[in-house]
Amino acid sequence: MSEARKSVAIVIAGSGGTGAITAGSAILAAAARDGHYGLMTKLSGAQVRGGEAAALLEVGVDPIESQPDRFDCLIALDWQDVHRFAPEIPLDASSLIVCDPKNGAVPEAIARSGARIIELPIAEIASSVEGGRINMVGFGIAAELAGLEAGAVDEAIRAMIGGKGERAVTASLGASAAGRAAFAATGTSMKLPAGRKAERWMLSGNEAVGLGALRGGITFVAAYPITPATEITEWLAVQMQEFGGRVVLAEDEIAAVNMCCGSSFGGAPTMTITSGPGLALKVETIGLAIAAEIPMVIVDVMRVGPSTGIPTKSDQGDLDIALHGTPGDAPRVVVAPISIADCPATTERAVHLAEALQTPVMLLSDQSIGQTQTIIDIPADRPAPLTRSTVPFATGPDFRRYVLTDSGVSPMPAPGTPDCQWVADGLSHAESGHPSNSAANHVAQIEKRKRKLETFDFGDTWGEVHGPADAPLALLAFGSSVGPAKVAAERLTAAGTPTRVVALRLLSPVPKAKLAAALAGAKRTVVVEQNHSGQLYRHLRGERALPHGAESFARPGPAPFRAAEIVAHISQEVAA
Amino acid sequence: MTIHEQPHACPQQLTLKDFKSSVEPIWCSGCGDFGVLQALQRALAELGRPPHEVVVVSGIGCSSRLPAYTTAYGFHGVHGRALPVATGLKLARPDLEVITVGGDGDGYSIGGNHFLHAARRNVDLTYIVMDNRVYGMTKGQPSPTTEADWDSDAAPGGTGVKPFSPLAIALAAGANFVARGFALDVKPLAAMIVEAVRHPGFSFLEILSPCITFRPEEMEWKKSVERGAIQPTSDRAQATATVLSDTEMATGIFFKGDRGTYREAPRGHGDPEKIAAQFRVGGTAHMVPEDSACCGGGRAL
Ligand SMILES: Cc1ncc(C[n+]2csc(CCOP(=O)(O)OP(=O)(O)O)c2C)c(N)n1
Ligand code: SF4
Ligand SMILES: [Mg+2]
Repeated sequence: MSEARKSVAIVIAGSGGTGAITAGSAILAAAARDGHYGLMTKLSGAQVRGGEAAALLEVGVDPIESQPDRFDCLIALDWQDVHRFAPEIPLDASSLIVCDPKNGAVPEAIARSGARIIELPIAEIASSVEGGRINMVGFGIAAELAGLEAGAVDEAIRAMIGGKGERAVTASLGASAAGRAAFAATGTSMKLPAGRKAERWMLSGNEAVGLGALRGGITFVAAYPITPATEITEWLAVQMQEFGGRVVLAEDEIAAVNMCCGSSFGGAPTMTITSGPGLALKVETIGLAIAAEIPMVIVDVMRVGPSTGIPTKSDQGDLDIALHGTPGDAPRVVVAPISIADCPATTERAVHLAEALQTPVMLLSDQSIGQTQTIIDIPADRPAPLTRSTVPFATGPDFRRYVLTDSGVSPMPAPGTPDCQWVADGLSHAESGHPSNSAANHVAQIEKRKRKLETFDFGDTWGEVHGPADAPLALLAFGSSVGPAKVAAERLTAAGTPTRVVALRLLSPVPKAKLAAALAGAKRTVVVEQNHSGQLYRHLRGERALPHGAESFARPGPAPFRAAEIVAHISQEVAA
Repeated sequence: MTIHEQPHACPQQLTLKDFKSSVEPIWCSGCGDFGVLQALQRALAELGRPPHEVVVVSGIGCSSRLPAYTTAYGFHGVHGRALPVATGLKLARPDLEVITVGGDGDGYSIGGNHFLHAARRNVDLTYIVMDNRVYGMTKGQPSPTTEADWDSDAAPGGTGVKPFSPLAIALAAGANFVARGFALDVKPLAAMIVEAVRHPGFSFLEILSPCITFRPEEMEWKKSVERGAIQPTSDRAQATATVLSDTEMATGIFFKGDRGTYREAPRGHGDPEKIAAQFRVGGTAHMVPEDSACCGGGRAL
């Protein structure tokens, strides 16, 4: 290694019950305490519980927002079924495999990478410590490989295991120390430079969305479980025991979104949480909420579809349904966090938007964002709050719930307010809210709903531009595709093709002027997204928001986007 | 009764007129739903809660048009989903009086799942179904309570499928108050609604409400309804036996239970920064809270 190493990518894998994921979480926790950043995704076998599992980690001196192209080291706690992960754990001749010879030969699918094999008696080392477990030995090996400071390593164990009592802590400390010593004796190291120690956050995208919900003022949540979104619901249910508020487990997704209609009508900032199949069930009611102007946030943590698809893997294929999935013409707000670090603010903002615009706001997360754990700098700012307009212009017979205003927003007093009774109605209605079949009323109200979105100033929240602003090449992405696009852009720029990334947070209404400014001067624009049909590309084309000749690079999950893949696509197209 | 200590406002002198809106019903002249509307307006006047503290929630159907015909707040949602809307509203705003109304298609067919779970949850709601044993609004198709041999274009010669008993289902699912009324017996119906609203938990009222247009023969119900034959019990099994053995024409309160209602929402500190503290790692300023460092290490794998 000529250049100083900036990160190290490690996999810890083992069969059910070996605790590979716990070891991975511990590495992340120790790296955080040692001043580093990191990212961890989890792999698990097809079994509902207890199958093989792997923690895929990268820790390093800079923030990490995407999966690495390759791994520096695979630590195998055992080999049972671990070979099934081979395609998802790219190794090469400069990688290491650390394994216990007692578990037999390295499986062919993994050995063929040509990685150097280091044999250590992991099980024996674990049993040399009273109560020692092999995953903590593996943790020690990984910590030593990355050169994490002993104090940070021990503190991470205490923080994670402390709740299980002093004996468990002692056993884990011992096993991890023994693993470190054994690996140090091999003389191999991928030591990171010293990190910048600071207080940071360690959390998953799903937790970050949960926090954003609480910060935004959500007090009512109704949801039906679905992978990979359930963790948000569960996290909120637990936190709300202390924070206050209510999570209702509805009988299905239709009930959930309708409960949200009720609670929001009652005045409570409200959220429902789901993934693609659940979103499909909600669309009729989303149309109602748009027509009756009922605020709520609808979180969709996207997974591979259609139908049940691959529930545990990421894809960005729900954009079409989020943008257009309702009967009739129903303009709506769709936002997507551009990283895990962005989840709290974008979710909080989504609550504000829903309340201020009196409309459902769709928050499109995805499995890669939701179920990945990361270390981030503590977000400095929170969005300025926006609230629901509830004070009527007139009361009694003159009160009109859907009065036509310049902004399109009209006051929405909650039940309990005297002399303002109104009926929320999915039927076309007049300004009074009374059902009306008149073309004039229908068109006026449809325009009103559109005007709300068109006249609202979304400001700087529409998205971000990274890299040289005058770069001739622009990669345009949303959600979890932004992270790998940013790494790809850095590499392309370093290699002589200046590249910018336009990260789009506001997917609807399309921020055309902002996009045009962000893309100004670009000679080539490529829309990068993880779905089969190029849904974002089609959407932006349809809105005439892309420069002439813009290209689409779309491919479906389940494989995560890696920077190398984007670089290769761009370079190959350049050559052609 | 241990429950239902809702902070009801002081009863005021209200009359039926206070709950009559200026919106003209679209119902066919002679539709049974007029009787239910009148009974509800009377009941609300007697209950003494001013219109702005009452919300009438419905789905889609002729019967579901009712909310606009009262002066209360209202929610006219999508087909079959009135109960979830009412559930969310009541849980968010326990101070309001929430009345849910609709038809047999809306409540027993497309919304059947919600009917089960609303009864099971036992949130303090009143659910009034105007059962005309037909889909009126879509012009006369058989519903889950339509007789097996009722002839229609949608099912020539009848569906051949036995109707189910909504009362038995409500009892089995856990409803806390179960009654059957008749739309044209306005006064007793109003009294029944008052009792249902006052009773804690999920109160279910099946109202026989003739559809004069698509089931004109139902006008005969005026004669065939058996009035005063039912005595309320708090024994669910006994009520179920009565329901299953009756002619489906007996009106009255079958069951008044004392199940506990859905639990209250936790009241908390409401400070998101206290919650955010669990994510902190590293640095020196703060100690890491115990057991919180591992987000997902042991959970939700
Ligand atoms: C999702 C959906 N499916 C179908 C319809 C059409 N539809 C409207 S009302 C109705 C049946 C209403 O029957 P019921 O609830 O018994 O009310 P009634 O008109 O008899 O009072 C149907 C099928 C609809 N509006 N929405
Ligand atoms: S069709 Fe039947 S249910 Fe509908 S309004 Fe007419 S009489 Fe009433
Ligand atoms: Mg009907």
